[in-house]
Amino acid sequence: MSRDLSINVHHVTRVEGHGNIVVDVKNGVLKKAELDIVEPPRFFEAMLKGRNFHEVAIITSRICGICSLGHQMTSLKATEAALGLEISEQTEILRKILVHGATFQSNVLHALFLAAPDFLNVGSVFPLVNTHKDVVLAALRLKRLANEIAEIVSGRAVHPISIVPGGFTKLPTEKELIELKDKLAGQGMKDALFTIDVLASLAGEIPRFERETEYISLYNEKEYGLYDGVICSSDAGLIRVEEYERVTNEFIVPHSTSKHARFNRSSYMVGALARFNNSHKLLRPKAKEVAAKLGLEAPNHNPYMITVAQMVEVVHCIDDTIELIDVLLDRGIKDEKPNQEPTRFGRGVAATEVPRGILFHDYTYNRKGQIEKANCIIPTGQNLANIDDDMKKLVPEILNEPKEAITKKLEMLVRAYDPCISCSVHLLDVKFEE
Amino acid sequence: MSQSESNGKPKVAFFDFTSCEGCQLNKLNFENELLDILELVDIVEFREAMDDKAEEYDIAFIEGSISTPTCIERIYDIRRRAKVLVALGQCAVSGGINAMKNAMPMEEVQETVYGNDKYLFPSIPAMPVSAVVKVDYEVRGCPMSPPEYLHVLKSLILGRKPEIKDYAVCVECKLKENECVLEKGMFCLGPITRAGCDAICPSNGQYCTGCRGPVSNINKNGAVEMLKRYGFSTEEALKRMKMFNTNELEKEIKWGKE
Repeated sequence: MSRDLSINVHHVTRVEGHGNIVVDVKNGVLKKAELDIVEPPRFFEAMLKGRNFHEVAIITSRICGICSLGHQMTSLKATEAALGLEISEQTEILRKILVHGATFQSNVLHALFLAAPDFLNVGSVFPLVNTHKDVVLAALRLKRLANEIAEIVSGRAVHPISIVPGGFTKLPTEKELIELKDKLAGQGMKDALFTIDVLASLAGEIPRFERETEYISLYNEKEYGLYDGVICSSDAGLIRVEEYERVTNEFIVPHSTSKHARFNRSSYMVGALARFNNSHKLLRPKAKEVAAKLGLEAPNHNPYMITVAQMVEVVHCIDDTIELIDVLLDRGIKDEKPNQEPTRFGRGVAATEVPRGILFHDYTYNRKGQIEKANCIIPTGQNLANIDDDMKKLVPEILNEPKEAITKKLEMLVRAYDPCISCSVHLLDVKFEE
Repeated sequence: MSQSESNGKPKVAFFDFTSCEGCQLNKLNFENELLDILELVDIVEFREAMDDKAEEYDIAFIEGSISTPTCIERIYDIRRRAKVLVALGQCAVSGGINAMKNAMPMEEVQETVYGNDKYLFPSIPAMPVSAVVKVDYEVRGCPMSPPEYLHVLKSLILGRKPEIKDYAVCVECKLKENECVLEKGMFCLGPITRAGCDAICPSNGQYCTGCRGPVSNINKNGAVEMLKRYGFSTEEALKRMKMFNTNELEKEIKWGKE
């Protein structure tokens, strides 16, 4: 087919940050298919220089409001590794609850508010208030509940307050935790399962597309790896977090203010589907049931299924938070002060699975406990090359469809990755030409 | 949302510039009030949540700093089409945390991040929205305070002037009966920072980072003297005060307004 096609979606909507989709086909031959990243640069690594160790997470949190908990958590772990700060078991359990809460919140926001309108052929969640009010109300309740986890344990959902190097400046009460657990086990789980039933009924709207790639996530043999673990590549096996640069291999491309990444292939995927593919055996039984119901089986090579994997994780996070609260209540909440006495000064690297995938922070501290060097590697940046590769395979496959249908599928593809562009361009600014 | 043409509801739009989009997210975090808000206004543009675009707005909320030439073009265009323009969150109000880089030599900032490629990546200082266009109202904070945002939105819908606080966080902190953070031996910017957050950080065991900017009649030298009394060096005190307030405290940086 000798078709000419030019698609230029300026500022893709319902994603975090500014990106353009550019596709160019001449005489049926694909010349260009890429996601251009046009977000302004932020210079965070430079701003961190000389900052005290207890200020660092406050600043890195501001890389992204949507991923603020993930940035703080990874930042704290990197600082603790660099300064030799041990944390208590109680702190670790509370942090795991926070990571669950953030994953739960962000996945619900993406799957039910940003991606779902595509499955129902509307431009935003707002018209659904009239046509699907029960679903919107359930989704709103879920988002509120997820934010409540953050508010109870860390003081605030956007830019958490009480998590600091070495522990917490304020602890939740047992009463708050019991109430939270009851809400999660009751209406929370009910709403999650209800929205999943709705999603299952829309399975036919999810485009069928396959492209096997390299899947990279944290892996933890004891649990579904979110808070901590080692790097796992579906191609290369397990790698120590300290060796992350061997995996990420960042490189600059002219069409993106965010760096790209590649390991064993031209690109790799991080995020909910990569986690599911690498760690599905470690999901809670309830989450496994939901995956089966939604037709998600590992390994899955359809990037549009990221949204489905996110809802499977919502159920896992709710269920596991209930259990973690039980563990805390059995132990009783101990009034612990944060451990902020450094035992050494040097380099520390940490990784956390944040909603969009594996996040790395790498800090070097001087003897005054101030940052000398900082590097943050963001999930969306790691996914960008993979999105371009998906588009390059997808466009020729659907070239006989009308331009509107192709555009919609491309927008849905970019949206499926739930890209967080503010995060991804925390440091780079490259001029791009159309 | 084409019904806005005839139903008489104010047309509200949200725009984001250089920022973390956390303030936008905070607007979606009004899960309990969101549907009520939608009864009162028509959201005509909100790229983070919807596809639609509009030609004009009764109220435009702006998040983020102005930090590239493209930002300047966009904000002029939005101002032309907006009856009322509100700066939302500290990045828009003062440059916020983005302005930290303004206090460092641009050459050094670019070198730290880009190394030898620094000349490839031009950048301008991070400016508040008010440095470029007229701003009618401000909602401060990093992130913006949700109740304050609701107050401003409700006031504007009712055609009233929103009430903006201009006293120190200490006042709200005392009302919460918190133990004084400075007395606990920690650093704190509560005495010089504008209230409106309900002292949320001290109430959660943290110190005030000054994320809402200084009160209008700030005594910078007095604040430094106070922090010195509590054992912080002048250099340390100023560095910490600048985390969210570089543009206010760096008098040498001016944006063509006095």
